[in-house]
Amino acid sequence: MPDLNKLNQAILEGDAKTAAAVTQEALDAGIDPSVLIQQHMVPAMDEVGRLYEAEEYFVPELLLAARAMKASLELLRPLLAASGAEPTGRVVIGTVKGDLHDIGKNLVGSMLEGGGFEVIDLGADVAPEKFIDAIQNRGAKIVCLSALLTVTMPSMKKTIEALEQAGVRQDVKVLVGGAPVTPQFATEIGADGYGETANAAVALARRFVQG
Amino acid sequence: MKRLLEWLHNGPLITDGAWGTELQRRGLEPGENPDPWNLSHPERVEQVARAYVDAGSRIILTNTFRANPISLPDCSPEQIAEINRAGVAISRRAAESTTAKVIASLGPSGKMLMAGEVTPEEITAAYTLQARACADAGADALLLETFSDPEEASLALAAARATGLPVIVSFVFDSGKNKDRTMMGATPEQVARRMEDEGAAAVGANCGLGPSGFPPISTRLRDACELPIWIKSNAGMPEIVGGEARYTLPPAEFASYLPALLDAGACFIGGCCGTNPDYIRALVEEMRRCA
Repeated sequence: MPDLNKLNQAILEGDAKTAAAVTQEALDAGIDPSVLIQQHMVPAMDEVGRLYEAEEYFVPELLLAARAMKASLELLRPLLAASGAEPTGRVVIGTVKGDLHDIGKNLVGSMLEGGGFEVIDLGADVAPEKFIDAIQNRGAKIVCLSALLTVTMPSMKKTIEALEQAGVRQDVKVLVGGAPVTPQFATEIGADGYGETANAAVALARRFVQG
Repeated sequence: MKRLLEWLHNGPLITDGAWGTELQRRGLEPGENPDPWNLSHPERVEQVARAYVDAGSRIILTNTFRANPISLPDCSPEQIAEINRAGVAISRRAAESTTAKVIASLGPSGKMLMAGEVTPEEITAAYTLQARACADAGADALLLETFSDPEEASLALAAARATGLPVIVSFVFDSGKNKDRTMMGATPEQVARRMEDEGAAAVGANCGLGPSGFPPISTRLRDACELPIWIKSNAGMPEIVGGEARYTLPPAEFASYLPALLDAGACFIGGCCGTNPDYIRALVEEMRRCA
Protein backbone atom coordinates (compact mmCIF):
# COMPACT_ATOMS: atom_id res chain seq x y z
CA MET A 1 0.00 0.00 0.00
CA PRO A 2 1.67 3.22 -1.12
CA ASP A 3 1.98 6.12 1.30
CA LEU A 4 -0.49 8.59 -0.15
CA ASN A 5 0.73 11.43 2.03
CA LYS A 6 3.71 11.42 -0.29
CA LEU A 7 1.35 12.57 -3.01
CA ASN A 8 0.24 15.59 -0.95
CA GLN A 9 3.87 16.31 -0.14
CA ALA A 10 5.01 16.01 -3.76
CA ILE A 11 2.38 18.54 -4.86
CA LEU A 12 3.25 20.91 -2.02
CA GLU A 13 6.91 20.70 -3.00
CA GLY A 14 6.21 20.89 -6.71
CA ASP A 15 7.87 17.55 -7.38
CA ALA A 16 6.14 16.32 -10.55
CA LYS A 17 8.20 13.16 -10.84
CA THR A 18 7.30 11.90 -7.38
CA ALA A 19 3.67 12.99 -7.79
CA ALA A 20 3.38 10.88 -10.95
CA ALA A 21 5.24 7.94 -9.42
CA VAL A 22 3.06 7.82 -6.29
CA THR A 23 -0.07 8.21 -8.41
CA GLN A 24 0.97 5.26 -10.56
CA GLU A 25 1.72 3.15 -7.48
CA ALA A 26 -1.67 4.01 -6.05
CA LEU A 27 -3.42 3.08 -9.26
CA ASP A 28 -1.51 -0.20 -9.41
CA ALA A 29 -2.66 -0.90 -5.86
CA GLY A 30 -6.24 -0.42 -7.03
CA ILE A 31 -7.01 2.87 -5.28
CA ASP A 32 -9.96 4.77 -6.72
CA PRO A 33 -8.74 7.83 -8.73
CA SER A 34 -11.44 10.02 -7.22
CA VAL A 35 -10.10 9.22 -3.74
CA LEU A 36 -6.66 10.38 -4.85
CA ILE A 37 -8.07 13.60 -6.22
CA GLN A 38 -10.54 14.45 -3.48
CA GLN A 39 -8.58 13.32 -0.45
CA HIS A 40 -5.03 14.12 -1.45
CA MET A 41 -4.49 16.26 -4.53
CA VAL A 42 -7.19 18.88 -4.04
CA PRO A 43 -6.32 19.42 -0.36
CA ALA A 44 -2.64 19.72 -1.30
CA MET A 45 -3.42 22.25 -3.99
CA ASP A 46 -5.64 24.17 -1.56
CA GLU A 47 -2.71 24.34 0.83
CA VAL A 48 -0.47 25.62 -1.99
CA GLY A 49 -3.05 28.29 -2.74
CA ARG A 50 -3.21 29.21 0.93
CA LEU A 51 0.58 29.53 1.15
CA TYR A 52 0.57 31.70 -1.96
CA GLU A 53 -2.12 33.93 -0.53
CA ALA A 54 -0.18 34.17 2.72
CA GLU A 55 2.77 35.22 0.51
CA GLU A 56 4.92 32.39 1.78
CA TYR A 57 4.87 30.79 -1.66
CA PHE A 58 5.68 32.81 -4.77
CA VAL A 59 4.97 32.33 -8.45
CA PRO A 60 7.65 29.64 -8.99
CA GLU A 61 6.32 27.45 -6.15
CA LEU A 62 2.80 27.90 -7.48
CA LEU A 63 3.76 26.92 -11.00
CA LEU A 64 5.76 23.89 -9.86
CA ALA A 65 2.88 22.68 -7.66
CA ALA A 66 0.41 23.09 -10.52
CA ARG A 67 2.79 21.15 -12.74
CA ALA A 68 3.03 18.30 -10.21
CA MET A 69 -0.76 18.26 -9.93
CA LYS A 70 -1.01 18.11 -13.70
CA ALA A 71 1.48 15.25 -13.98
CA SER A 72 -0.67 13.27 -11.58
CA LEU A 73 -3.96 14.26 -13.23
CA GLU A 74 -2.69 13.16 -16.62
CA LEU A 75 -2.45 9.61 -15.31
CA LEU A 76 -5.91 9.80 -13.76
CA ARG A 77 -7.87 11.52 -16.53
CA PRO A 78 -8.11 8.54 -18.92
CA LEU A 79 -9.45 6.40 -16.07
CA LEU A 80 -11.90 9.08 -14.99
CA ALA A 81 -13.10 9.51 -18.57
CA ALA A 82 -13.52 5.73 -18.96
CA SER A 83 -15.63 5.59 -15.81
CA GLY A 84 -17.80 8.40 -17.16
CA ALA A 85 -16.72 10.92 -14.52
CA GLU A 86 -16.77 14.52 -15.71
CA PRO A 87 -14.07 17.04 -14.84
CA THR A 88 -14.92 19.42 -11.99
CA GLY A 89 -16.02 21.90 -14.60
CA ARG A 90 -15.08 23.37 -17.96
CA VAL A 91 -13.62 26.85 -17.91
CA VAL A 92 -12.73 29.18 -20.74
CA ILE A 93 -10.11 31.75 -19.83
CA GLY A 94 -8.50 34.66 -21.67
CA THR A 95 -7.11 38.18 -21.40
CA VAL A 96 -9.64 40.55 -22.92
CA LYS A 97 -9.32 42.27 -26.27
CA GLY A 98 -6.66 44.96 -26.43
CA ASP A 99 -4.65 43.57 -23.52
CA LEU A 100 -1.56 41.48 -24.21
CA HIS A 101 -0.66 40.62 -20.62
CA ASP A 102 -1.02 36.94 -19.89
CA ILE A 103 1.06 36.13 -16.80
CA GLY A 104 -1.82 36.53 -14.33
CA LYS A 105 -4.21 34.74 -16.62
CA ASN A 106 -1.79 31.82 -17.01
CA LEU A 107 -1.41 31.53 -13.25
CA VAL A 108 -5.16 31.38 -12.76
CA GLY A 109 -5.38 28.81 -15.57
CA SER A 110 -2.73 26.63 -13.94
CA MET A 111 -4.42 26.82 -10.56
CA LEU A 112 -7.79 25.94 -12.08
CA GLU A 113 -6.25 22.94 -13.80
CA GLY A 114 -4.65 22.03 -10.52
CA GLY A 115 -8.12 22.30 -8.98
CA GLY A 116 -9.40 19.66 -11.39
CA PHE A 117 -11.03 21.95 -13.93
CA GLU A 118 -10.71 21.48 -17.65
CA VAL A 119 -9.29 24.76 -18.92
CA ILE A 120 -9.71 26.15 -22.43
CA ASP A 121 -7.06 28.87 -22.66
CA LEU A 122 -7.75 31.36 -25.45
CA GLY A 123 -4.59 33.37 -24.77
CA ALA A 124 -4.32 37.16 -24.68
CA ASP A 125 -6.07 39.92 -26.69
CA VAL A 126 -9.14 37.71 -27.08
CA ALA A 127 -12.16 38.98 -29.02
CA PRO A 128 -15.61 38.42 -27.42
CA GLU A 129 -16.63 36.10 -30.29
CA LYS A 130 -14.00 33.58 -29.26
CA PHE A 131 -15.46 33.35 -25.75
CA ILE A 132 -18.91 32.90 -27.28
CA ASP A 133 -17.58 30.13 -29.51
CA ALA A 134 -16.04 28.31 -26.51
CA ILE A 135 -19.39 28.49 -24.70
CA GLN A 136 -21.50 27.39 -27.66
CA ASN A 137 -19.24 24.74 -29.14
CA ARG A 138 -16.95 23.54 -26.39
CA GLY A 139 -19.26 23.47 -23.41
CA ALA A 140 -17.53 26.02 -21.20
CA LYS A 141 -19.67 26.83 -18.16
CA ILE A 142 -17.37 29.35 -16.51
CA VAL A 143 -15.79 32.31 -18.28
CA CYS A 144 -12.69 33.90 -16.73
CA LEU A 145 -11.71 37.33 -18.01
CA SER A 146 -8.37 38.95 -17.22
CA ALA A 147 -7.14 42.52 -17.70
CA LEU A 148 -3.95 44.11 -16.41
CA LEU A 149 -4.49 47.64 -17.63
CA THR A 150 -7.02 50.16 -16.42
CA VAL A 151 -7.54 51.06 -20.06
CA THR A 152 -8.53 47.55 -21.10
CA MET A 153 -10.99 47.04 -18.25
CA PRO A 154 -13.85 48.38 -20.43
CA SER A 155 -13.14 45.41 -22.73
CA MET A 156 -14.43 43.18 -19.94
CA LYS A 157 -17.72 45.02 -19.97
CA LYS A 158 -17.91 44.73 -23.76
CA THR A 159 -17.22 41.01 -23.57
CA ILE A 160 -20.04 40.49 -21.07
CA GLU A 161 -22.36 42.58 -23.27
CA ALA A 162 -21.42 40.43 -26.26
CA LEU A 163 -22.29 37.29 -24.29
CA GLU A 164 -25.70 38.83 -23.57
CA GLN A 165 -26.28 39.73 -27.20
CA ALA A 166 -25.31 36.22 -28.28
CA GLY A 167 -27.87 34.85 -25.81
CA VAL A 168 -25.34 32.80 -23.82
CA ARG A 169 -24.89 34.99 -20.77
CA GLN A 170 -27.34 33.03 -18.61
CA ASP A 171 -25.60 29.73 -19.51
CA VAL A 172 -22.36 30.69 -17.81
CA LYS A 173 -20.81 32.29 -14.75
CA VAL A 174 -18.40 35.12 -15.49
CA LEU A 175 -15.37 35.68 -13.26
CA VAL A 176 -13.10 38.71 -13.63
CA GLY A 177 -9.65 39.47 -12.26
CA GLY A 178 -6.40 41.33 -12.82
CA ALA A 179 -4.40 44.00 -11.00
CA PRO A 180 -6.66 47.03 -11.59
CA VAL A 181 -9.97 45.16 -11.29
CA THR A 182 -11.99 45.71 -8.12
CA PRO A 183 -15.07 43.97 -6.67
CA GLN A 184 -17.09 47.16 -7.34
CA PHE A 185 -16.03 47.13 -10.96
CA ALA A 186 -17.01 43.46 -11.24
CA THR A 187 -20.47 44.28 -9.92
CA GLU A 188 -20.79 47.35 -12.12
CA ILE A 189 -20.19 45.39 -15.32
CA GLY A 190 -22.45 42.52 -14.27
CA ALA A 191 -19.82 39.83 -13.63
CA ASP A 192 -20.75 36.96 -11.29
CA GLY A 193 -17.57 37.16 -9.31
CA TYR A 194 -14.19 38.74 -8.76
CA GLY A 195 -11.06 36.83 -7.79
CA GLU A 196 -8.39 38.88 -6.11
CA THR A 197 -5.89 36.02 -6.32
CA ALA A 198 -5.56 32.84 -8.36
CA ASN A 199 -6.63 30.92 -5.32
CA ALA A 200 -9.75 33.03 -4.83
CA ALA A 201 -10.63 32.40 -8.48
CA VAL A 202 -10.45 28.64 -7.96
CA ALA A 203 -12.60 28.85 -4.83
CA LEU A 204 -15.20 30.89 -6.68
CA ALA A 205 -15.19 28.56 -9.68
CA ARG A 206 -15.77 25.64 -7.34
CA ARG A 207 -18.67 27.42 -5.72
CA PHE A 208 -20.18 28.00 -9.16
CA VAL A 209 -20.05 24.36 -10.21
CA GLN A 210 -21.50 23.26 -6.91
CA GLY A 211 -24.42 25.47 -7.81
CA MET B 1 30.80 50.58 -13.95
CA LYS B 2 33.73 53.00 -14.03
CA ARG B 3 31.67 55.34 -16.18
CA LEU B 4 28.85 55.41 -13.64
CA LEU B 5 31.26 56.14 -10.78
CA GLU B 6 32.63 59.08 -12.77
CA TRP B 7 29.11 60.44 -13.16
CA LEU B 8 28.60 60.09 -9.42
CA HIS B 9 31.86 61.88 -8.64
CA ASN B 10 30.05 64.97 -7.36
CA GLY B 11 27.38 63.05 -5.51
CA PRO B 12 24.05 61.35 -6.16
CA LEU B 13 22.13 62.22 -9.31
CA ILE B 14 18.46 62.93 -9.89
CA THR B 15 17.08 60.94 -12.80
CA ASP B 16 13.71 61.38 -14.52
CA GLY B 17 10.05 60.47 -13.96
CA ALA B 18 7.32 58.59 -15.84
CA TRP B 19 6.96 58.90 -19.61
CA GLY B 20 3.77 57.03 -20.48
CA THR B 21 1.43 59.36 -18.62
CA GLU B 22 3.31 62.40 -20.01
CA LEU B 23 2.80 61.07 -23.53
CA GLN B 24 -0.87 60.49 -22.79
CA ARG B 25 -1.16 64.18 -21.88
CA ARG B 26 0.15 64.79 -25.39
CA GLY B 27 -2.38 62.60 -27.12
CA LEU B 28 -1.20 59.01 -26.75
CA GLU B 29 -4.29 56.82 -26.53
CA PRO B 30 -4.63 54.93 -23.25
CA GLY B 31 -3.47 51.37 -23.87
CA GLU B 32 -1.55 52.34 -27.00
CA ASN B 33 2.10 51.23 -26.97
CA PRO B 34 4.08 54.50 -26.62
CA ASP B 35 7.30 53.28 -28.24
CA PRO B 36 6.25 53.51 -31.93
CA TRP B 37 5.66 57.23 -31.23
CA ASN B 38 9.44 57.63 -31.55
CA LEU B 39 8.83 57.33 -35.30
CA SER B 40 5.31 58.76 -35.65
CA HIS B 41 5.44 61.66 -33.14
CA PRO B 42 9.12 62.27 -32.34
CA GLU B 43 8.49 65.95 -31.48
CA ARG B 44 6.02 65.04 -28.72
CA VAL B 45 8.34 62.42 -27.28
CA GLU B 46 11.11 65.02 -27.32
CA GLN B 47 8.87 67.43 -25.38
CA VAL B 48 8.71 64.88 -22.56
CA ALA B 49 12.47 64.33 -22.59
CA ARG B 50 13.04 68.11 -22.57
CA ALA B 51 10.55 68.62 -19.77
CA TYR B 52 12.66 66.33 -17.60
CA VAL B 53 15.94 67.96 -18.59
CA ASP B 54 14.38 71.36 -17.80
CA ALA B 55 13.11 70.05 -14.46
CA GLY B 56 16.68 69.22 -13.51
CA SER B 57 17.08 65.54 -14.43
CA ARG B 58 20.77 64.79 -14.76
CA ILE B 59 19.92 61.47 -16.33
CA ILE B 60 17.04 60.91 -18.71
CA LEU B 61 15.76 57.64 -20.04
CA THR B 62 14.35 56.82 -23.47
CA ASN B 63 10.89 55.94 -24.75
CA THR B 64 11.93 52.36 -25.51
CA PHE B 65 10.63 50.38 -22.51
CA ARG B 66 8.58 47.98 -24.64
CA ALA B 67 10.60 48.12 -27.87
CA ASN B 68 11.68 44.49 -27.98
CA PRO B 69 10.54 41.72 -30.35
CA ILE B 70 8.59 39.88 -27.63
CA SER B 71 6.50 42.91 -26.62
CA LEU B 72 6.09 44.11 -30.22
CA PRO B 73 5.39 40.84 -32.04
CA ASP B 74 3.92 42.58 -35.08
CA CYS B 75 7.05 44.62 -35.85
CA SER B 76 9.99 43.36 -37.89
CA PRO B 77 13.44 43.28 -36.25
CA GLU B 78 14.44 46.23 -38.44
CA GLN B 79 11.40 48.27 -37.31
CA ILE B 80 12.18 47.47 -33.69
CA ALA B 81 15.79 48.54 -34.09
CA GLU B 82 14.58 51.75 -35.71
CA ILE B 83 12.17 52.52 -32.84
CA ASN B 84 15.04 52.06 -30.39
CA ARG B 85 17.51 54.15 -32.37
CA ALA B 86 14.94 56.90 -32.75
CA GLY B 87 14.17 56.76 -29.02
CA VAL B 88 17.81 57.23 -28.09
CA ALA B 89 18.25 59.99 -30.71
CA ILE B 90 15.25 61.89 -29.29
CA SER B 91 16.60 61.81 -25.74
CA ARG B 92 20.06 62.75 -27.04
CA ARG B 93 18.61 65.82 -28.75
CA ALA B 94 16.84 66.83 -25.54
CA ALA B 95 20.06 66.42 -23.56
CA GLU B 96 22.15 68.29 -26.14
CA SER B 97 24.14 71.20 -24.74
CA THR B 98 23.49 70.00 -21.18
CA THR B 99 25.47 67.56 -19.05
CA ALA B 100 22.47 65.21 -18.79
CA LYS B 101 23.22 61.58 -19.66
CA VAL B 102 20.98 59.33 -21.70
CA ILE B 103 20.27 55.85 -20.43
CA ALA B 104 18.21 53.57 -22.66
CA SER B 105 15.24 51.91 -20.98
CA LEU B 106 14.67 48.19 -21.61
CA GLY B 107 11.63 46.66 -19.89
CA PRO B 108 10.87 43.00 -19.19
CA SER B 109 9.46 40.69 -21.87
CA GLY B 110 6.13 40.28 -20.08
CA LYS B 111 6.41 36.51 -20.56
CA MET B 112 7.37 33.95 -17.98
CA LEU B 113 10.37 31.76 -18.72
CA MET B 114 9.45 29.26 -16.05
CA ALA B 115 5.98 28.68 -17.48
CA GLY B 116 7.50 28.05 -20.91
CA GLU B 117 5.83 31.15 -22.38
CA VAL B 118 9.17 32.18 -23.83
CA THR B 119 12.53 30.40 -24.27
CA PRO B 120 15.91 31.57 -22.94
CA GLU B 121 17.08 31.85 -26.56
CA GLU B 122 14.19 34.19 -27.38
CA ILE B 123 15.02 36.38 -24.39
CA THR B 124 18.68 36.56 -25.39
CA ALA B 125 17.82 37.37 -29.00
CA ALA B 126 15.30 40.04 -27.99
CA TYR B 127 17.67 41.94 -25.68
CA THR B 128 20.64 41.52 -28.00
CA LEU B 129 18.66 43.27 -30.72
CA GLN B 130 17.35 46.05 -28.48
CA ALA B 131 20.61 46.68 -26.63
CA ARG B 132 22.58 46.76 -29.88
CA ALA B 133 20.21 49.31 -31.44
CA CYS B 134 20.35 51.56 -28.35
CA ALA B 135 24.13 51.35 -28.21
CA ASP B 136 24.45 52.12 -31.93
CA ALA B 137 22.34 55.24 -31.45
CA GLY B 138 24.66 56.52 -28.75
CA ALA B 139 23.10 55.65 -25.38
CA ASP B 140 25.48 56.36 -22.48
CA ALA B 141 24.33 53.27 -20.58
CA LEU B 142 21.54 50.69 -20.60
CA LEU B 143 18.87 50.16 -17.94
CA LEU B 144 16.98 46.90 -17.51
CA GLU B 145 14.04 48.07 -15.42
CA THR B 146 10.90 46.68 -13.81
CA PHE B 147 12.21 43.10 -13.86
CA SER B 148 10.75 40.45 -11.53
CA ASP B 149 12.52 37.29 -12.62
CA PRO B 150 16.27 37.04 -11.88
CA GLU B 151 16.60 34.42 -14.65
CA GLU B 152 15.21 36.74 -17.27
CA ALA B 153 17.28 39.65 -15.92
CA SER B 154 20.38 37.49 -16.05
CA LEU B 155 19.87 36.62 -19.71
CA ALA B 156 19.04 40.23 -20.58
CA LEU B 157 22.08 41.47 -18.64
CA ALA B 158 24.43 39.19 -20.55
CA ALA B 159 22.91 40.29 -23.86
CA ALA B 160 23.09 43.98 -22.91
CA ARG B 161 26.67 43.73 -21.61
CA ALA B 162 27.80 42.49 -25.01
CA THR B 163 27.46 46.10 -26.21
CA GLY B 164 30.26 47.15 -23.85
CA LEU B 165 28.02 49.78 -22.20
CA PRO B 166 27.43 49.87 -18.43
CA VAL B 167 24.20 48.02 -17.60
CA ILE B 168 21.96 48.89 -14.63
CA VAL B 169 19.39 46.29 -13.51
CA SER B 170 16.33 47.35 -11.52
CA PHE B 171 13.71 45.06 -10.00
CA VAL B 172 10.17 45.46 -8.68
CA PHE B 173 9.77 44.42 -5.05
CA ASP B 174 6.04 44.25 -4.44
CA SER B 175 5.39 40.71 -3.16
CA GLY B 176 5.68 38.75 0.04
CA LYS B 177 4.40 39.57 3.48
CA ASN B 178 6.81 42.46 3.87
CA LYS B 179 6.60 43.55 0.22
CA ASP B 180 10.31 42.96 -0.12
CA ARG B 181 10.30 40.20 -2.71
CA THR B 182 9.84 40.22 -6.45
CA MET B 183 6.86 38.41 -7.94
CA MET B 184 9.18 35.42 -8.32
CA GLY B 185 10.10 35.53 -4.63
CA ALA B 186 13.62 36.96 -5.04
CA THR B 187 14.98 39.14 -2.21
CA PRO B 188 17.03 42.35 -2.59
CA GLU B 189 20.10 40.45 -1.36
CA GLN B 190 19.67 37.68 -3.92
CA VAL B 191 19.32 39.98 -6.90
CA ALA B 192 22.06 42.37 -5.75
CA ARG B 193 24.61 39.57 -5.38
CA ARG B 194 23.65 37.84 -8.56
CA MET B 195 23.62 40.97 -10.70
CA GLU B 196 26.98 42.04 -9.25
CA ASP B 197 28.46 38.61 -9.95
CA GLU B 198 27.18 38.77 -13.49
CA GLY B 199 28.68 42.15 -14.25
CA ALA B 200 25.93 44.72 -13.71
CA ALA B 201 27.20 48.29 -13.25
CA ALA B 202 24.45 49.19 -10.77
CA VAL B 203 21.43 47.52 -9.23
CA GLY B 204 18.16 48.97 -8.08
CA ALA B 205 14.46 48.96 -7.41
CA ASN B 206 11.65 50.71 -9.23
CA CYS B 207 7.86 50.90 -9.49
CA GLY B 208 6.65 49.01 -6.41
CA LEU B 209 4.30 50.31 -3.80
CA GLY B 210 5.20 53.95 -3.14
CA PRO B 211 8.25 55.72 -1.74
CA SER B 212 8.02 54.62 1.91
CA GLY B 213 9.03 51.07 0.99
CA PHE B 214 12.18 52.09 -0.85
CA PRO B 215 14.67 53.17 1.85
CA PRO B 216 14.74 49.72 3.50
CA ILE B 217 15.08 48.01 0.13
CA SER B 218 17.86 50.39 -0.89
CA THR B 219 19.70 49.64 2.37
CA ARG B 220 19.47 45.92 1.74
CA LEU B 221 20.66 46.23 -1.85
CA ARG B 222 23.60 48.40 -0.75
CA ASP B 223 24.59 46.05 2.06
CA ALA B 224 24.56 43.03 -0.23
CA CYS B 225 26.88 44.38 -2.93
CA GLU B 226 29.38 47.05 -3.86
CA LEU B 227 27.34 48.49 -6.71
CA PRO B 228 25.75 51.96 -6.92
CA ILE B 229 22.02 51.83 -6.13
CA TRP B 230 19.32 53.00 -8.55
CA ILE B 231 15.89 53.92 -7.08
CA LYS B 232 12.71 55.01 -8.89
CA SER B 233 9.55 54.83 -6.82
CA ASN B 234 5.94 55.18 -7.89
CA ALA B 235 4.06 58.24 -6.67
CA GLY B 236 2.31 56.14 -4.04
CA MET B 237 -0.37 53.59 -4.79
CA PRO B 238 -2.91 54.53 -7.44
CA GLU B 239 -6.58 54.93 -6.67
CA ILE B 240 -8.82 53.59 -9.39
CA VAL B 241 -11.34 56.29 -10.23
CA GLY B 242 -13.79 55.49 -13.01
CA GLY B 243 -11.49 52.78 -14.34
CA GLU B 244 -8.52 55.15 -14.42
CA ALA B 245 -5.42 55.00 -12.23
CA ARG B 246 -4.85 58.20 -10.25
CA TYR B 247 -1.74 58.86 -8.22
CA THR B 248 -2.47 61.29 -5.45
CA LEU B 249 0.82 61.57 -3.53
CA PRO B 250 1.90 65.24 -3.83
CA PRO B 251 5.40 65.99 -5.24
CA ALA B 252 6.64 67.56 -1.99
CA GLU B 253 5.67 64.50 0.01
CA PHE B 254 7.28 62.25 -2.61
CA ALA B 255 10.50 64.28 -2.35
CA SER B 256 10.43 64.16 1.46
CA TYR B 257 11.75 60.59 1.20
CA LEU B 258 14.96 61.76 -0.47
CA PRO B 259 17.06 62.12 2.73
CA ALA B 260 16.08 58.59 3.80
CA LEU B 261 16.98 57.27 0.35
CA LEU B 262 20.36 59.01 0.41
CA ASP B 263 21.01 57.54 3.86
CA ALA B 264 20.12 54.16 2.45
CA GLY B 265 22.80 54.51 -0.19
CA ALA B 266 20.67 55.39 -3.20
CA CYS B 267 22.71 57.39 -5.70
CA PHE B 268 20.46 57.52 -8.76
CA ILE B 269 17.04 58.77 -7.69
CA GLY B 270 13.97 59.48 -9.77
CA GLY B 271 10.33 58.50 -10.11
CA CYS B 272 8.29 55.75 -11.73
CA CYS B 273 4.53 55.49 -12.43
CA GLY B 274 2.52 58.58 -11.53
CA THR B 275 5.47 60.98 -11.38
CA ASN B 276 6.00 63.92 -13.75
CA PRO B 277 8.43 66.86 -14.07
CA ASP B 278 6.92 68.48 -10.94
CA TYR B 279 8.11 65.49 -8.89
CA ILE B 280 11.59 65.82 -10.38
CA ARG B 281 11.66 69.55 -9.56
CA ALA B 282 10.66 68.68 -6.00
CA LEU B 283 13.47 66.10 -5.80
CA VAL B 284 16.01 68.60 -7.17
CA GLU B 285 14.92 71.17 -4.58
CA GLU B 286 15.10 68.64 -1.77
CA MET B 287 18.55 67.58 -2.98
CA ARG B 288 19.74 71.20 -2.72
CA ARG B 289 18.44 71.31 0.81
CA CYS B 290 20.27 68.09 1.67
CA ALA B 291 23.57 69.23 0.18
